[in-house]
Amino acid sequence: MSEADITARAGLPKAPTGIDGLDDVLGGGLPAGRPTLICGSAGCGKTLFGIEFLVRGATRHGEPGVLFAFEETTRELGENVRSLGFDLDALAAKKLLKVEHVRVERSEIEEAGEYDLEGLFVRLGHAIDTLGAKRVVLDTLETLFSGLSNEGILRAELRRLFRWLKDKGVTAIITAERGAGTLTRHGLEEYVSDCVILLDHRVDEQVSTRRLRVVKYRGSAHGTNEYPFLIDEAGVTVLPITSLALAHDASRERVSTGVPAVDDMLGGGYFRGATVLVTGGAGAGKSSLAAHFARAACGRGERCLYLAFEESPGQILRNMASIGLDLAPWVGRGLLRFRAIRSMHYGLEMHLTSIYKLVREYRPACVVLDPMDSLAQAGSVPDATRTLIRLIDYFKAGGVTALLTNLGSDAGVADSGMNVSSLVDTWLLLRNREHGGGHTRAFRVLKSRGMAHSNRVREFRLTDRGVELGAALTGTEGDDTTTDGGNE
Amino acid sequence: MTTPSRPEEADAELPEGTWELRLYVAGRTPKSLAAFANLKRLCEEHLAGRYMIEVVDLLEQPQLAEGDEILAVPTLVRKLPHPVRKIVGDLSNTERTLVGLQLRPRAGGPS
Repeated sequence: MSEADITARAGLPKAPTGIDGLDDVLGGGLPAGRPTLICGSAGCGKTLFGIEFLVRGATRHGEPGVLFAFEETTRELGENVRSLGFDLDALAAKKLLKVEHVRVERSEIEEAGEYDLEGLFVRLGHAIDTLGAKRVVLDTLETLFSGLSNEGILRAELRRLFRWLKDKGVTAIITAERGAGTLTRHGLEEYVSDCVILLDHRVDEQVSTRRLRVVKYRGSAHGTNEYPFLIDEAGVTVLPITSLALAHDASRERVSTGVPAVDDMLGGGYFRGATVLVTGGAGAGKSSLAAHFARAACGRGERCLYLAFEESPGQILRNMASIGLDLAPWVGRGLLRFRAIRSMHYGLEMHLTSIYKLVREYRPACVVLDPMDSLAQAGSVPDATRTLIRLIDYFKAGGVTALLTNLGSDAGVADSGMNVSSLVDTWLLLRNREHGGGHTRAFRVLKSRGMAHSNRVREFRLTDRGVELGAALTGTEGDDTTTDGGNE
Repeated sequence: MTTPSRPEEADAELPEGTWELRLYVAGRTPKSLAAFANLKRLCEEHLAGRYMIEVVDLLEQPQLAEGDEILAVPTLVRKLPHPVRKIVGDLSNTERTLVGLQLRPRAGGPS
C-alpha cells in the first residue's frame, strides 16, 4: 500500500465539488480547507468549474461561497452561466453567494512607493465573514500581474494569500492560465501544493475534445488518467470511465433476440448484460436484427436506447415499419429512445461522454449502437476502437445488454478496421450470397460465450412480418459450417 | 487609524476647486504612516488651502474597499477634480505621485 493510500484511508477531509464525476476522480472532492489550482488555456472551462463548485456547494452542501472575478464583471458572469441553469442573482439574494468583480487596470493605477495587497485581503475577508463562506474562487488571480508592475511584491503577497486562505479554513479554487511549458503563466503552482488540476481543450481536425487531469493531489489517492468532460445545459460532467474494473457479474438470465428462431439457435437468447456484435454487409439485415432486439426489450417493459449513427430516427422507424416492425408506439410510451448522432459532429471523447450521460439519465436495460463503424469517422481507427472498448466496459459494468452492428463482408476484421470481436460475448454474422442470378442472406452464430449454440448456417429472410430464419443452407463456400469460438 | 485631517470649515461647504483626496490604508503601519506624511507634505507644497484628505482605514471599514476598487494599500484616490485617479504605494516616490495626481506632466512623453 502506498503512502497516498494510507493517508486517503486515514481520511484527508474532502469538500465535494458536486460536479458530476469529478468527485469520483478526486476520491471524494477537493482538499477541504485548502487551495486548489485549476489551470488551462483560454476557453477550457476553468471559470465554469469554479462557478459550479460554488453553486453546488451552496445548493447541495449548504456551504456559502465567494467568487472574486478578476476578468469578467458580475453581470457578464451571471449571463454566461444562466444558460447552464445557474442563477447567481438568486443565490446572492439568499446570502449563499457573493460575486465581486475585481478591476485591475494598469492604465488607471500609478505606483509610487511601497505597497502590499492588504486591500484584497480585507475585501476577501469581509466577503467571507459576511456570508460565513466555506468556499472561495479566485478567477483569474494572475490578472494581478498585468495590473501591478512590482512582481516582487506580488509574489510575496500571493504566497501570503495562499497561506491566509488556509488559515481561514476555506476550500478555495484558484484559476490560472496555462503557460508555455509551465502549468501556469506566472508559476502559481509554486504556491499551491495541495491539489493541481489541468484542463485541456483540444481541437483535432475540427473535432473538439475537453479533458481533465489531476496533476497532483497531496495526501490523497486520485485518478491519474485524462478524463473527458462535457459542458452542456446541466453544467460540467467529468467521466471517470477508465476507472471501471472488470467486475461485471456474469448473468445467467436470457433476454430474447426478438426473433424466436435466433433464440432457438442460442438456446434461449442473449445473456442479460452481454455485448452482442452483428456483422454484415450493406443491406444484410443488421439494423433489422437490432430493431427486433429493441422491440423485444420494450415488449418486456424495459427501456431501450437506440444510438443511430447513420440514419435518422424517422428513417429507421419507416424502414422497420416496412418489414412489419412498428416501433413508433414504444417511442411514444417512452420505452424506446432514439439518439441520432452524426459521428463527425464531435470528437470521440465527447461521444463517449454524451452516451455515458444519456445512459445514466435514461437507465436503459438495452442499448443498440448502429453502426459502430461510424465512430471511426470521429477519430482514428485505434482511437475509435479504444472508445468502443470503454463503451462496452461501461455497458457491461451497468448490466446493460448491448447490441452493436458493424459493416463487414467477412467474419474477420470489419471493413472499418475496428475490431472488438474479442470483447463481445455473442457474435452474429450476416452474409449476402449471390447464386445463379439470385440472392439470399445467410445467418450464423459465429460465437457465443458460455452457451451451447447452433453452428448451422441458416437462411435469413426479411419478410413483412420481420426477420425469419429459413432452412439450413448447405455451404457452397466451404467454411460456413466450421465452428469458431464455440463454447468458451 | 483616524486622522482628523479634514479642516473644520471644509465640513460645511467646500470652496470651488477643492481637491478631494481619499487615502486608503489598512491599520497604522509604517507604510500607511509614511503615505499620510508624504501626502500631507505634497499637498501643502502644491495645493495649500484647497485640498481635503480623508483617511479610510479598511481594518475598521472593510466594506468601503469594494466601492473604490482597492486592492493594494496604501492607495490614494483623487475623487476631485475629475477624472478619478489612483496612486498605489506609500507615495515615497514624489515624482510619480505628482504625475499620478496630474500635478506634473509625465516625463518622457506618453507611456
